[in-house]
Amino acid sequence: MANGPAILEAKGLVIKFNLRGRTLTAIRGAGLELYEGETLAIVGESGSGKSVLTKSLIGMLDRNGWVDSGSAMFEGRDLARIKEERDWLGVRGKKISMVFQDPMTALNPLLTIGAQIREVFELHHGLSGKKADHAVVEMLERVGIDNPEERRRQYPHEFSGGMRQRVVIAIAVACKPRILICDEPTTALDVTIQAQILGLIKALQRDLAFTTVYITHDLGVVANVADRVAVMYAGRIVETGLAEEVFYDSRHPYTWALLSSLPQLGVKGRPLYSISGTPPNLFNEVRGDAFAPRNPKALKVDFVAEPPEFEVSPTHRASTWLLDPRAPRIEPPPAILAMRAKLGGAKLGGAKLGAVGGAL
Amino acid sequence: MSGERETVLELRDLEVSFRLKGGGVFKAVKGVSFSIYKGETFGLVGESGSGKTSIGRAIVRINDASSGSILYKGREISGRIPKELDREVVRKIQMIFQDPMASLNERAKVDYIVSEGLYNIGVKRSEGERRAMVAKALLEVGLLPEFASRFPHEFSGGQRQRIGIARALIMEPELVVADEPISALDVSIRAQVLNLLSAIQKAKGLTYLFIAHDLSVVRFITDRIAVINKGEIVELAETEELFRNPLHPYTRALISAIPQPDPLVERKKVVMVYDPKCHDCSTDKPAWTDVGGGHFVLANEKEADAYRARIASGP
Ligand SMILES: Nc1ncnc2c1ncn2[C@@H]1O[C@H](COP(=O)(O)OP(=O)(O)OP(=O)(O)O)[C@@H](O)[C@H]1O
Ligand SMILES: Nc1ncnc2c1ncn2[C@@H]1O[C@H](COP(=O)(O)OP(=O)(O)OP(=O)(O)O)[C@@H](O)[C@H]1O
Ligand SMILES: [Mg+2]
Ligand SMILES: [Mg+2]
Repeated sequence: MANGPAILEAKGLVIKFNLRGRTLTAIRGAGLELYEGETLAIVGESGSGKSVLTKSLIGMLDRNGWVDSGSAMFEGRDLARIKEERDWLGVRGKKISMVFQDPMTALNPLLTIGAQIREVFELHHGLSGKKADHAVVEMLERVGIDNPEERRRQYPHEFSGGMRQRVVIAIAVACKPRILICDEPTTALDVTIQAQILGLIKALQRDLAFTTVYITHDLGVVANVADRVAVMYAGRIVETGLAEEVFYDSRHPYTWALLSSLPQLGVKGRPLYSISGTPPNLFNEVRGDAFAPRNPKALKVDFVAEPPEFEVSPTHRASTWLLDPRAPRIEPPPAILAMRAKLGGAKLGGAKLGAVGGAL
Repeated sequence: MSGERETVLELRDLEVSFRLKGGGVFKAVKGVSFSIYKGETFGLVGESGSGKTSIGRAIVRINDASSGSILYKGREISGRIPKELDREVVRKIQMIFQDPMASLNERAKVDYIVSEGLYNIGVKRSEGERRAMVAKALLEVGLLPEFASRFPHEFSGGQRQRIGIARALIMEPELVVADEPISALDVSIRAQVLNLLSAIQKAKGLTYLFIAHDLSVVRFITDRIAVINKGEIVELAETEELFRNPLHPYTRALISAIPQPDPLVERKKVVMVYDPKCHDCSTDKPAWTDVGGGHFVLANEKEADAYRARIASGP
């Protein structure tokens, strides 16, 4: 996946907001590459900056926010330097489109489903009349809506939550984007519907050959969709790697904490690992490793100096002093060791792991 | 084993209906029966709209049961009941609500929110006693007593859910209906709240009805699970048994759809789809059947035989 040049490359992005006269730094130097055709998942707790980071790539930051420094190169342009709304029009909804958690906010309750999809075809493909109608019906069919001919005349409130999300996806991919960003696309849906929507996005990605970015806090969803994973904490990407590398061989203490707190990895009758404390106040300057105050095994250096990014493999990087050659050896928590062991087993005789439901 | 255990709550053929605006009636809960034993955590799992909250609300008597019965320690508590019993039940059965953001009265201080239930049960208490009880309940859920003078909007999601738990605990309940207590919380605080619920249960010998749509959480915390589909319980078993031998096709579909935090498993998995038409009802009607060792499933005789065979042949 990570072969070839990146189609989008963000470096050192710093994004700030002005809030009642004070400045909050939501993104504190985040970098990100996207490779053609891959699926990248961004995970992290609430407030870590997942939405802000990706919204900055389509010029959708709230008015009180701005990209303070850094770059985001895409098709020879630096998205971080776009200032005028009209310059975004060639990018947003055309080259890069976005699907949000709540389909209701993305749809206009006063327009029929058909009219809303049609707009995209008229705007981006110059279709009109019967041709546009035909494209709408075909699109609805493609996202799995039965009776598209009748359905396109209905309004959003006549659709269930899962069907609405299908429509939102139809609108997002109708422009044939190069990049589709999905911000918690299935959080509001049941697991069975979620599985369908994830399957739908994968199928569309295969047919239309776009690159997908998933934002989610559900590590199960990440495992399902991601080729690569980026873990965010307090406005920085603290670890990034192939899905296998991040799940079975994670290196950053925050990734360890996140994985260890999953009930799936817990032992019944014993307390789950839980992360104490709160993330740093982004109004203040953060010193050292932002996770250090919540990391029971933090090193002294974590409190004073910001860790650089260390390379674990050509595809795997983490910003933690634990990877410095001078660092003492610190054992990851038991749940992480168990995950590591799993990968070992899979490499040796993996068939067993694949048994459907068997591992549930 | 179940024969010796004390039953705290029993539902018998519970039905909950809602009158629709158009004039019709919608049956949200259809003939639901199960018992919850003292000290256990009983999970109720199903998709959105399957009737989980309606059952929980019927148990705490916010919704009326349109038919069937709800027995608390063997005594009927739905419908009109004696004042004494009413007073006891108002106290002993408490509910923690689904959405900590919406379920707390925004204009009331934490102090009032937590002790609201005490005002309703009409036991005379001095102001000092009441305050001491609030402080104790807040401490029990890991909040500081001085938080009592603050308003809900000053708290994070996890803290708000703790406030919701404190207001249930102050009543010294025996049975707590926890309606998706962690679904609306951020990943990083879910573990905290789950740990808190378990610790309180251990310390006080509480019984939980734990409602959720996320089977992975339910597996971790429950002793037994009932799976509900469209108002009907389709399967009930001890937790590990249910995951070892899921029988009803709806349960199997539900389990197959949960994403596991394990890429090697996820990439190879096949999601099953439940098609209600897969049941052949031409020969005999489905009935609530024990297919062995307290593993119940809604099945007709032919299906039940097939399920027994499946259990016998191992997973
Ligand atoms: N318009 C705004 N004004 C001020 N601060 C903002 C604004 N938008 C976002 N922030 C802040 O930026 C930080 C990152 O927010 P963001 O929405 O990206 O988080 P997230 O990782 O997407 O969280 P969630 O999982 O809750 O969606 C947060 O501290 C948030 O409060
Ligand atoms: N007051 C009401 N009036 C009419 N219908 C209702 C009412 N309350 C619930 N319902 C309907 O009853 C059904 C069951 O709802 P309920 O809230 O019990 O589901 P649930 O399993 O808790 O779902 P969720 O997982 O979304 O919380 C739904 O179809 C719902 O629309
Ligand atoms: Mg977000
Ligand atoms: Mg509910």
